[in-house]
Amino acid sequence: MSGEGTYYVPEQSKLPIFASIGLFLTVFGAAGWLNGGGPTLFIVGFIMFAMVLWSWFSIVIKENLQGLNDAQLKRSYVWAMGWFIFSEVMFFAAFFGALYYMRQIALPELGGDNTTNQILWSGFENVWPLMTTPDMATNGADAKVLGPDINMSVTTADSIFTWLPFWNTAVLLTSSITVHIAHTALKNNNKKGFNLWLGITVALGVIFLFLQAAEYIHAYAENLKIHHGAYGTTFFMLTGFHGLHVTMGTFMLLVMWLRSVLKGHFSHEDCFGFEAASWYWHFVDVVWVGLFIFVYIFG
Amino acid sequence: MAHGPAKGFSRWLYTTNHKDIGSMYLWFSFAMFLLGGVFALVIRAELFEPGLQIVEPGFFNQMTTMHGLVMVFGAVMPAFVGLANWMIPMMVGAPDMALPRMNNWSFWILPFAFAMMVATLFMEGGGPNFGWTFYAPLSTTYAPPSVTFFIFAVHIMGASSIMGSINIIATILNMRAPGMTLMKMPLFVWTWLITAYLLIAVMPVLAGVVTMMLMDIHFGTSFFDAAGGGDPVLFQHVFWFFGHPEVYIMILPAFGIVSAIIPTFARKPLFGYSSMVYATASIAFLSFIVWAHHMFTVGLPIAGELFFMYATMLIAVPTGVKVFNWVTTMFKGSMTFETPMLFSIAFVILFTIGGFSGLMLAIAPADFQYHDTYFVVAHFHYVLVPGAIFSITAGVYYWLPKWCGNMYNETMGKVQFWLAFIGLNVTFFPMHFVGLAGMQRRVPDYNQFFADFNMISSMGAFLFGAAQLMLLYNVISTIVSGKKASDEVWEDPEGLEWTVPSPAPYHTFSTPPPIK
Repeated sequence: MSGEGTYYVPEQSKLPIFASIGLFLTVFGAAGWLNGGGPTLFIVGFIMFAMVLWSWFSIVIKENLQGLNDAQLKRSYVWAMGWFIFSEVMFFAAFFGALYYMRQIALPELGGDNTTNQILWSGFENVWPLMTTPDMATNGADAKVLGPDINMSVTTADSIFTWLPFWNTAVLLTSSITVHIAHTALKNNNKKGFNLWLGITVALGVIFLFLQAAEYIHAYAENLKIHHGAYGTTFFMLTGFHGLHVTMGTFMLLVMWLRSVLKGHFSHEDCFGFEAASWYWHFVDVVWVGLFIFVYIFG
Repeated sequence: MAHGPAKGFSRWLYTTNHKDIGSMYLWFSFAMFLLGGVFALVIRAELFEPGLQIVEPGFFNQMTTMHGLVMVFGAVMPAFVGLANWMIPMMVGAPDMALPRMNNWSFWILPFAFAMMVATLFMEGGGPNFGWTFYAPLSTTYAPPSVTFFIFAVHIMGASSIMGSINIIATILNMRAPGMTLMKMPLFVWTWLITAYLLIAVMPVLAGVVTMMLMDIHFGTSFFDAAGGGDPVLFQHVFWFFGHPEVYIMILPAFGIVSAIIPTFARKPLFGYSSMVYATASIAFLSFIVWAHHMFTVGLPIAGELFFMYATMLIAVPTGVKVFNWVTTMFKGSMTFETPMLFSIAFVILFTIGGFSGLMLAIAPADFQYHDTYFVVAHFHYVLVPGAIFSITAGVYYWLPKWCGNMYNETMGKVQFWLAFIGLNVTFFPMHFVGLAGMQRRVPDYNQFFADFNMISSMGAFLFGAAQLMLLYNVISTIVSGKKASDEVWEDPEGLEWTVPSPAPYHTFSTPPPIK
């Protein structure tokens, strides 16, 4: 509901059209690249898109510092960020749903005592993690879709403390707490504490990404790859998209940290940029908990 | 805030004004409607007689695919977003959309997305030829290379839809004038609020499913490949989890438009306003738990068949509530039949026919016969053409005087209505018969005993197409040289949009209007 003053409706802006061109060149370039062309167009488009977004956010920040954003406009931002995160939830839901479907419906059917198994995939047994694909079980040496040599499930770990996903979980859960401490510090007008705890959160995000990269390197070295059947598919797609979101979240928090440390932005009553980034961070954390349970523990 | 629009063409590129953006959405959508219509006429021309005459079967497949994609994502959805842009800020007493720059971005993504998608027709191996539902493995293992461009086009138009929906939700929940409580909002606003929620819930799932395709095609994953432990049926589940709510995305705003028009020309308030709101919400909820009724023949367990059958039939209840409310609104009303009203009444009647054939299809054992026949084509064209297209046309006639300040030519409007009405029934009604008799959809040739009905369908299609050109002419001549319309335009219409001058000023409600 209105009543706080005049809602800020910006003048004409070149941002949207350039953002559209940048986004178009990015995806058009990506499609051309995947179809056998070079990456040039993709890179040009991506740089353009990133630059437009950069100036878009700077303009929004400047407008806020000029006092153009009234309480009502800030509520619009809150709604927008909330619904954006909801859309991300649904994106992950599609991939968790695919994992569920493969494990609970597709594989039991392929390996079950039924005609599908007898006629098409004889010899295939449904064991998760799927190390032997239906193709291997049925076609032996002629199989095209091979299974992985290792998996990342908890059952493969000697001890929970030498198991990398455990440490990943610890790092990410801790970072959710530290970002909350940073928020509380900011609410209490403690800018020093805010900078410290937000810095720690960013560092934890970076550590997570390093551990995740180490896990991928290990996986590829030991022959667990994305094209290794249903296990490789779901493992890399779920952890990969999560990792991508952690990268974005870390970058967002890093920008917020730099804004606070270098420019002195954010006060206890005006900190939406940080709050939005922190919600996003909590969201990637929750996704990780889901991954930890469904990909690693019950993997 | 500047008072008028900027000069020159850059106005349209750089605008942040909800009316400019609404107009661009509407014109874009009409252009796509004509393009999708041309694709449809290629199909109907080929099907005019049995045998192969005009196009290659491969190109025929590209036409059925592109017709569906362009009509769904290019014509119907942007048209509703255009109407939302124009009307929602005015209906709730807001100065503009909540996030005006993002609003313009949502629009400008679309021309690029569709340029990319239509460009696939000229690429090596041709455009998408796997049907608008792009079932794997037709769309993965056996797809032309241009499918990669199609996938990315879907990605960015999904981003556009999500941003547009976020904007609409923020506008409705945050920008209402003081006193405009939720249950005072016009139904068009309500239906769009719920539609926007559906869009945000399912467009990411569509993005997910095309991403899975992309990975299967280029990176060797096994989502839809049984050899690696995946399943092509998984594609259908994920797709229809998006696809069924998508169907309601294309009809709920139509309910809102009709609920605005019928009371005006029946000169009675809408009957059962709150039940309309709850019915809309119920339909939206049910839309998430009925998706597998598109897949009855794929080999679902019997429990699944039964669940999805009964859940689907349940939708008839809230939809019936709506139809009875519209009829009751008209009952003993002092009715007149201007063009928007004609389209709205046709909507109620013909959409109900489409709803009934939907109920027939919902019966799982019966669907085994109807599946993938022209009966299905008849069903969804009866809900989409007199549903989505007629309601959009009705909305355009109803609000055009408010947009441009001039009254359209009523005689031409009525003639256009009757041409479209006759054209669509001649086109689609015979499809029920050939479908029940076993004619399969998406095939360029057919048995000779379907010949008569197909010839009739094709003639109706060209008549319907001609009627759309008449709409275009009527709209342009109204804008250019129509007679001046009054501020109220109609007799005592309800809603804040009628309290501002015609044409609506560039900026309306910079300060919130009083709400009764």
